[in-house]
Amino acid sequence: MGVTFGKESASRRIVPGGTVSDGPERLLDGSAILTRLQAAVNWGRKYSFFLYPFVTACCGMEFMSVAGPKYDLDRFGAALPRFSPRQADLLMVVGTISHKQAPILVKVYNQMTEPKWVFAFGVCAVSGGFYNNYSVVQGIDTLIPVDVYVPGCPPRPEMVLDGLLKLQEKVAKERWSDWPRGAAPVTPMLKKQE
Amino acid sequence: METNVTIKKLSNRFPGAIIETHSHRGDDTAVVKKESILEICTFLRDDEALLYNFMMDLTVVDYLGREPRFEVVYHLFSLRHNRRVRIKARVSEADAIIDSIVPVWVGANWFEREAFDMYGITFKGHPEMRRILLYEGFEGHPLRKDYPIKKRQPLIGPIN
Amino acid sequence: MSDLMKDLHTEHMVINMGPSHPVTHGTVKFLVTLDGENIVDMKVDIGYLHRGFEKMCESGTWQQVIPYTDRLNYVSPLINNVGYALAVEKLIGIEVPERCQYLRVIACELSRIADHLTNVAAGGLELGAFTAFLYFVEARELVWDLIEMLCGARVTVNFVRIGGLKNDLPQGFQDKTRAVFKECRRLWNDVDKLLTKNRIFIDRVRNVGDISAEEAIAYGFTGPCLRACGIPYDVRKAQPYLVYDRMDFEVPIGETGDNFDKYLVRMEEIQQSMKIVEQALSQLPDGPINLDLPQYRMQPKEDIYHRIDSLIFHFKTVIDGIKPPPGEVYFAVEGANGELGFYLVSDGSGKPYKCRVRPPCFPLTAAMPRLMKGRLIADIVPTFDMINMIGGECDR
Repeated sequence: MGVTFGKESASRRIVPGGTVSDGPERLLDGSAILTRLQAAVNWGRKYSFFLYPFVTACCGMEFMSVAGPKYDLDRFGAALPRFSPRQADLLMVVGTISHKQAPILVKVYNQMTEPKWVFAFGVCAVSGGFYNNYSVVQGIDTLIPVDVYVPGCPPRPEMVLDGLLKLQEKVAKERWSDWPRGAAPVTPMLKKQE
Repeated sequence: METNVTIKKLSNRFPGAIIETHSHRGDDTAVVKKESILEICTFLRDDEALLYNFMMDLTVVDYLGREPRFEVVYHLFSLRHNRRVRIKARVSEADAIIDSIVPVWVGANWFEREAFDMYGITFKGHPEMRRILLYEGFEGHPLRKDYPIKKRQPLIGPIN
Repeated sequence: MSDLMKDLHTEHMVINMGPSHPVTHGTVKFLVTLDGENIVDMKVDIGYLHRGFEKMCESGTWQQVIPYTDRLNYVSPLINNVGYALAVEKLIGIEVPERCQYLRVIACELSRIADHLTNVAAGGLELGAFTAFLYFVEARELVWDLIEMLCGARVTVNFVRIGGLKNDLPQGFQDKTRAVFKECRRLWNDVDKLLTKNRIFIDRVRNVGDISAEEAIAYGFTGPCLRACGIPYDVRKAQPYLVYDRMDFEVPIGETGDNFDKYLVRMEEIQQSMKIVEQALSQLPDGPINLDLPQYRMQPKEDIYHRIDSLIFHFKTVIDGIKPPPGEVYFAVEGANGELGFYLVSDGSGKPYKCRVRPPCFPLTAAMPRLMKGRLIADIVPTFDMINMIGGECDR
């Protein structure tokens, strides 16, 4: 059975699952071609993350292990770290983010091209961890959207790999309409100096 | 034992500047007047029998409610004689200024900046007296006992 | 030629390296003023990992500080644990049993091995020697397996307690250590062959970042960076703590203090530390690992369940915290980067009044402008690597 673009098909008003949103899908009516293409693209995306390691703290030690020979992130197609945000699509926030560091994290996030995902590696990135004080951001999700949270102080490599697989599952289910996400929803808050 | 050599020499050399001394748990300590800190440090570094060539640590303790409120604490180490000493100088809140010891030990530079950042003690004669661990625009000095632990001053935050 | 240079109108260029840069380990910013490729001036901006260590310590009990010390130098957390515990024990005026002291030495040295392995691995990686990185990360995994066997965690161990340890040696630790060290030595030899006589590596590190011994002392250098200048200062030898005076080991020193010497010192220290662990394991005496002082060291869990006095002590030490007598102490241990000192002030309550760390890499990082002025911008990479600045410790 080939795919036909006959009158019948185009006039169909059935929306499977009711998940069609704004975007190219509406134009093409959720036809078979588009969903298959989307699946193919997502398949490609999920096995070729180019990650940007935003390594700040202790979790960096486990990140080295994950990338190293024993646990080998390369098996999941996510081994090539890019130290330019323009070339990366997975922002790995590894470690504590202090208020001094926060503007830099947001800048790096905004510089990445879409589609992009954020991986909160370790409990400090997830929620601030046990550093509930004047200098630590209480979770990076107060600054930028986060896709996968991996708690642990630091998380074991197995947990990181599990988090990466979860992210792959998530990417596989994404739709064109999920992008772009736009810039991080933050504004400068530094008081004006008089 | 020669544990008290440093304190003895200091008391002989600067009889008016030593406020008190003790050797609690074997740590020789001398509390000195803050006006003579530069002179005492130079003496400790250069005297043949002392030769404290390492400025190991510099920090401040905030005794809130006591007058003078702050104590600047110097830990020195002599490689030749394998000996340590702790020098303390008391600084009041109203006049939180003390001479910088960067001319004696160049390594004190960042330690003094940190003390300024965390406690608001100004070091006179320091080449670059500005914040080091926190950022410009941060108000207050977080390690003072009256700074609330959760008082945040973010640079960037969610759109209101 | 000089006329040409005058007419060229070359202006100085200011370049911002970091804080998010692969070389700067995420937590430091170099503001470099360049004349072509030569560094004219350099400013170092730290504090991107300031986590309020001292403020957190002052808000918790004395025992609750130990997890925070793990995260100071997170490459060698066990040394921080031991340093803090020894400082508190000095404040109280107690000494732990002999077996505990041996176990602490073993823990410290395993941590030191892991730290130096990481440092050389990262240094190799950033100079393009990816194979050395892979070999030493593999060796570090093996050492971490030992640490995990000992205390149940890989990085942030929380193993040492005031007046004792969390647990005794697990079964089969000796055999496993033997096997791991055999493998480590093999990997060490491989990396030694890969780097020590490698022309590319030597060209990048030799005569770069050198400093005279007098200047290094004035800057407050300690640890491998000071020993590379030719000063054999090691706290383990100068003021022996635990049972280091019963161990037979050498303190390697360099000559010029350049990056190659720092690298060689670290490589040799890995060997010496393995020797110390083996000696400590062979001399290990029997006996208890914890002090029997219920007001300072928590009671065993079985006693807490079955004895009323132990339960009361448990409540007292957990809720009020242990109460060292008022006073102040400074205690230094040899950290992986140099002298790691703890300055504690107690006011007699259950919380530390002041808990200050003397971070060894803080003065080292402060000397970066001195080491780099007049050098090429590419020299920042090996110099900063061999300084081994650890954000958690430098910024606290």
